[in-house]
Amino acid sequence: MQKKYASLLILSFALLVTMAKAQETVYPAAAQKGATAITHATVHVGNGTVLNDATVVFEKGKITAVGVGIAIPKGATEIDGTGKQVYPGLILPSSFLGLKEISSGVRGSNDLQEIGENNADIRSIVSYNTDSKITNVLRANGILLAHIAPEGELIEGRSSVVQLDAWNYEDAEYKANTGMYITIPSMMARRGGRGGFRAMMMGGGAPADPAKAAFDKIEIIKTFFTQAKAYLQEKTHVANNLKFEATRALFEGKQKLFVRANEVKQMLVGIDLGKTFGFSVVIVGGSESFQIANLLAENKIPVILDQQHALPATEDDDVDQPYKTPAQLNKAGVLFALNDMSDNNKQINLSFNAGTAATYGLTKEEALTAITLNSAKILGIDDKTGSVEVGKDANIIVSQGDILDMRGNQLTHAFIQGRSISLDNKQKQLYERYKHKYGIK
Amino acid sequence: MKRILSSLLLVCVVILTQAQESFPINGIRDVRSGLYAFTNATIIQNETTKIEKATLIIKQGKIVAVGTGLSVPADAIVIDCAGKFIYPSFIDALTSYGLPAAQRGQGGFNFGAPAQFISNKPGAYNWNQAVRPEINAVDIFTVDENGASSFRANGFGAVFTHVKDGLARGTGAVVSLATDDNHRAILKTKAASVYSFEKGTSTQSYPSSLMGSIAVLRQSYLDAKWYLTKPVSEGVNLSLEAWNNNQSMPQIFATDDKWNAIRADRIGDEFGVQYVIRGADNGYQRIDEIAKTKASYILGVDFPAAMDVEDPNDARFVSLADMKHWELAPTNPGVFEKANIPFSLTSADMKDGKQFLANVKKAIQNGLSETKALEALTKTPATLLGVYDQVGSIETGKWANFIITTEPVFSANSKIIENWVQGNKYEVNETEWTNLAGKYTLTINNNGTKTDYNLELKKDLSANIIGTDTLAAKITVSEALVKINFPTKKGRGADQLRLSGVIAAGGWSGVGTDGAGNKTTWSASFKSALNANTETARGDFRRGGQDSSRNVTSKITYPFTGFGNEVVPQQETILIKNATVWTNEKDGILQNTDVLIKAGKIAKVGKNISDATAKVVDGTGKHLSAGVIDEHSHIASMSTNEGGQSVTSEVRIGDNLNPEDVNIYRQLSGGVTSSHILHGSANTIGGQTQLIKLRWGATDEGLKFAGADGFIKFALGENVKRTTSTNNNRYPDTRMGVEEVLNDAFDRAVDYQRNLKANPNGRHDLELDALVEILNKKRFITCHSYVQPEITYTMRVAEKYGITINTFTHILDGYKVADKMKAHGANVSTFSDWFMYKTEVQDAIAYNAAIMQKVGLNVCINSDDAEMARRLNQEAGKTVKYGGVSEEDALKMVTLNPAKALHVDNKVGSIKVGKDADVVLWSDNPLSIYAKAEKTIVDGVVYFDREKDAEARKKITAEKSRLVQKMLGDKRMGMPMRAATPSFQILLTCGDHEHEDHMATIYENENN
Repeated sequence: MQKKYASLLILSFALLVTMAKAQETVYPAAAQKGATAITHATVHVGNGTVLNDATVVFEKGKITAVGVGIAIPKGATEIDGTGKQVYPGLILPSSFLGLKEISSGVRGSNDLQEIGENNADIRSIVSYNTDSKITNVLRANGILLAHIAPEGELIEGRSSVVQLDAWNYEDAEYKANTGMYITIPSMMARRGGRGGFRAMMMGGGAPADPAKAAFDKIEIIKTFFTQAKAYLQEKTHVANNLKFEATRALFEGKQKLFVRANEVKQMLVGIDLGKTFGFSVVIVGGSESFQIANLLAENKIPVILDQQHALPATEDDDVDQPYKTPAQLNKAGVLFALNDMSDNNKQINLSFNAGTAATYGLTKEEALTAITLNSAKILGIDDKTGSVEVGKDANIIVSQGDILDMRGNQLTHAFIQGRSISLDNKQKQLYERYKHKYGIK
Repeated sequence: MKRILSSLLLVCVVILTQAQESFPINGIRDVRSGLYAFTNATIIQNETTKIEKATLIIKQGKIVAVGTGLSVPADAIVIDCAGKFIYPSFIDALTSYGLPAAQRGQGGFNFGAPAQFISNKPGAYNWNQAVRPEINAVDIFTVDENGASSFRANGFGAVFTHVKDGLARGTGAVVSLATDDNHRAILKTKAASVYSFEKGTSTQSYPSSLMGSIAVLRQSYLDAKWYLTKPVSEGVNLSLEAWNNNQSMPQIFATDDKWNAIRADRIGDEFGVQYVIRGADNGYQRIDEIAKTKASYILGVDFPAAMDVEDPNDARFVSLADMKHWELAPTNPGVFEKANIPFSLTSADMKDGKQFLANVKKAIQNGLSETKALEALTKTPATLLGVYDQVGSIETGKWANFIITTEPVFSANSKIIENWVQGNKYEVNETEWTNLAGKYTLTINNNGTKTDYNLELKKDLSANIIGTDTLAAKITVSEALVKINFPTKKGRGADQLRLSGVIAAGGWSGVGTDGAGNKTTWSASFKSALNANTETARGDFRRGGQDSSRNVTSKITYPFTGFGNEVVPQQETILIKNATVWTNEKDGILQNTDVLIKAGKIAKVGKNISDATAKVVDGTGKHLSAGVIDEHSHIASMSTNEGGQSVTSEVRIGDNLNPEDVNIYRQLSGGVTSSHILHGSANTIGGQTQLIKLRWGATDEGLKFAGADGFIKFALGENVKRTTSTNNNRYPDTRMGVEEVLNDAFDRAVDYQRNLKANPNGRHDLELDALVEILNKKRFITCHSYVQPEITYTMRVAEKYGITINTFTHILDGYKVADKMKAHGANVSTFSDWFMYKTEVQDAIAYNAAIMQKVGLNVCINSDDAEMARRLNQEAGKTVKYGGVSEEDALKMVTLNPAKALHVDNKVGSIKVGKDADVVLWSDNPLSIYAKAEKTIVDGVVYFDREKDAEARKKITAEKSRLVQKMLGDKRMGMPMRAATPSFQILLTCGDHEHEDHMATIYENENN
């Protein structure tokens, strides 16, 4: 029947439209062809410098010119940046992206934590899912690179930096085996168990010695590295040991030790580990880092602050303590990067964490540095990225306004290694779908 | 000789252990009169009557005479009490003496475990295992010498004992602490019945929260009343029968915290019961509210020891409130006395029971009068338990329960020598009969060579022997036997002289052996008393006797936390000049505008306003908006989820508000003025919610938003079907079942309403009452919901019963059915940008709010998170980024729109003359990340002010430093210490998603 046929046609057309709009069709971009120039823009270099009415030129994936009054190469794709803000692509300095998809209730979607307390040998990169539904949402919020790490009980495994426009993990890997992650156990007396209001009523309970328990674990870490060091000196091994082998880059100084620590004592143990074994240590978490800012600066220990948008640690703390920790570290001269570890919005608010840091003591450019150049330095990729400077990869974002503020943050373009990447994602597609349903313009 | 006499007496005790008259005797009858006369004593008959040089005569366990100038019967055994003091033995009003040890409680609802829905107690008892009014402690009581002796050592002669288990614990008995006879020990079989908020050993899932405990108690009162009508359908219910029988005796409510005392009293008020309340050991923090309960209290004296705060990293996590409580806890009984609140003192549940008397003395140093202390240990508990005719004072006809002390009982060095209970003597510090302290001449006769030493003996038997050197001697006294050991000279390896002998009235003497093995004889004679200085040993000081450093300066703040105020902030007349005013009214955003706040209301909005009485605030460059209203919050409550059943509409968040939650203050710092405190999402029909205003420093009742409509939380989807539990046995397990739970609940409510109309004396059910309120549009639903089918069917169920779902909260799939919700008439309340944290939010999009708003729904942005609530203004700002909502409309999503959704837009939500002065002065455009709330005003009261906040921070640091130094001082002086214990903040969550906080936070309901 004619009519039936017609409706079938409409249906298949609708399906086609939908399919064409699926997240699966947000393709990784092809390599940059020719030169691209963003003109008349406000360029936030990432190192504190702001250039007004400036031009950024990049070619073959690299930035070739940045400045005011620069000649645009012939045939370059020109993007009028008038009224727009140009920034280095943002970097998530410590992330579960591509490893953890749906945290609650869907065990199968998570590849984050291996069995056992020592997983020095495992590599996050091999589990990295380039087709995560989260990645494209992060990109639309300016995040172009992420440092992905496993989680674990004690010695967690090895991390890599990925760029967020890839077909597969081998394409994605931006810096292999960036770090070895460990966790220093908590030394705080914790009240065990659950029990609702009753637990509160009953008060402190009798915790076992948490410091001793922690140091028993720390001893395991120390013993492991001591034996690994000896193993690496051996001419021949009784047997090949994958876990010891995994520490080679660490001992050779090609890899950093990322130490998850929030309490002062945990951080001090982390610093000590670095000194004992000659490792380059990065503190990840750093909630209490403001307490030892001077010490961190003296020892040149960088910090990745996991979460500004957090409640203060104690009820007597300044209500805005986590908001102003970045400024306190900055003042003391600590190299630090800002992170966002929210599981509810999957780290998309990195730029707003920086915005909060700017509200509570940092300048806006310092706050920007904390999510770009500082992150690159800590991850050892500042030779390639982290700022809009000549010679670096063209990892660049363009926004309608101030990306640190929700009132300005609106990306119009993003480039990874010069490739103009799509800012489309599942959320935008569903938005379009239902705008269509309701006839919303 | 008294000492020998007393040994004889000990034998008497055994012989007095006579069997009951009704019991057959195996052997020869041996009945004795037990007639004693205690002469020359200072007798404190009761808290007001003291008689000197008095005589007390007892016979067969009872007091037969007391007074001065009494003639001592010839057949009495006379005990000379010269220099000694006799007091009535104490009474402890709440113990579990002589009963099996209490088992460990079950704790809260465990999401992972299978649920138990009905009591597993066999027999015709209550449906809820924690309601055990049928338990009578007297049925299982047996005397227990171990337990009794520790009570007696503290001076107690009788106690109230009950089975410490359950919400209704049944009756307790008053028993003496004599241990010779089970029968005679019982002074009153059912003296009081006891209640609590703790479910104890009940393995039943419900209740699992404080508000659930409250609901069970309230329902039990209703059920018991209904049971009096002999409902055929119920048959015999032994628990309800016992409940009713127990009502005629004193009702004791056993709890601890001050707010729980107030909560308990409210239950009593509702059902015409005045509880005696065990609790409020921190009542000094809210003494006015405690006084208003008009209850008599049973107070503990388990004052916390100082914490070892030497490690600053450990000390950092001890809250100022805990440190202040350490300093102030000993003032608690004195504060009660000053407030004229009657109270008893209990020794039960102390971490170290031996500290009881020392702590009572500490309380006396901190303001409690000795008279009141004695009354609180004798007359008050005896009267309250109805046994003052038997015990509690030294009067003819009462039991011979008294203590003999060396000094007035509350003086620093006083010792209890003996504690007589029902005419039985129990030794406590028998050696204290004689004070051996003094200077003696010690003569050693070594084969005719006599050597004299000066022996200085202190009361605690530490001694120095002074010859050529001053030598420390070891002296051991046992009954009348003495051993003395000392070196002949100073230095290591000196010969030891070892002496052994007896203490007799005329002096000490005996034999010994010197270092060479020579036999010696020796004697010692009393020379003179020690001078006072020698006697004030440091040891007494350590026992907490004379702590002169306890110069208490901590101030009570409201609330009792670091950021509390000594004086609760008051309403002011405030004129904000020249601000950008976001009116949320048709005037829109007004530039350079003045707003006058007066008497808690917005009085004027316009240009060039003046008011001579007003405090003027320069708003130039600043923005003024209505206060932020958080439609979905879990702060300021003691429990969030009652997950024990799928329908718990009987529980009320309002029953368990926590006005001391620091998150109230933190949210004020983010411009929040009202929060809707919701039940969690553990079950389909959760509890009744509570809208509060963030009046920092108010009481729990004072937080409530007066006159607001009642709401209730419903939930759908993964949480209520317990998706993450691998062995769920609670119905429902699918969304299909969730719909039927809703249908069934409303069906039951319809029938219930009809039946109650026909029979007003029928059973009142709190669960169904709440559902009937919904049917009658007296209570409104906020429904946790995510995916579109469940949203749709919930509307259809509601429509079938003629009601509307007032608000869909979370509603991350809302954009898919926005048109249907619009047609239904629901409000929506969502997150700005959350997604992918669970399966049912895979399609969550940040454009959700914008779409729903454009379809015409009243859209709110909520927090459901104590941290994000401080940035709700910025969360609203994201709707501009995602979906292009206008800035004015965006701010409404956290102000006017939630006010509408909560039916309070006639009072709050916009800046309009006549509305409540709930406003925020922002440093910048409130939608911007750069905006800080500078002043947050509720009802015209400035509850948050950034300048005052800066002062408060300094004060917290100073106060903490002072208290740390003071604790360190205690440590130096060798006072008892405990490890620094972090003061964890309990953060309640609905268990739907993760939260971002650090360290000193413990999540409750994290899996519910």
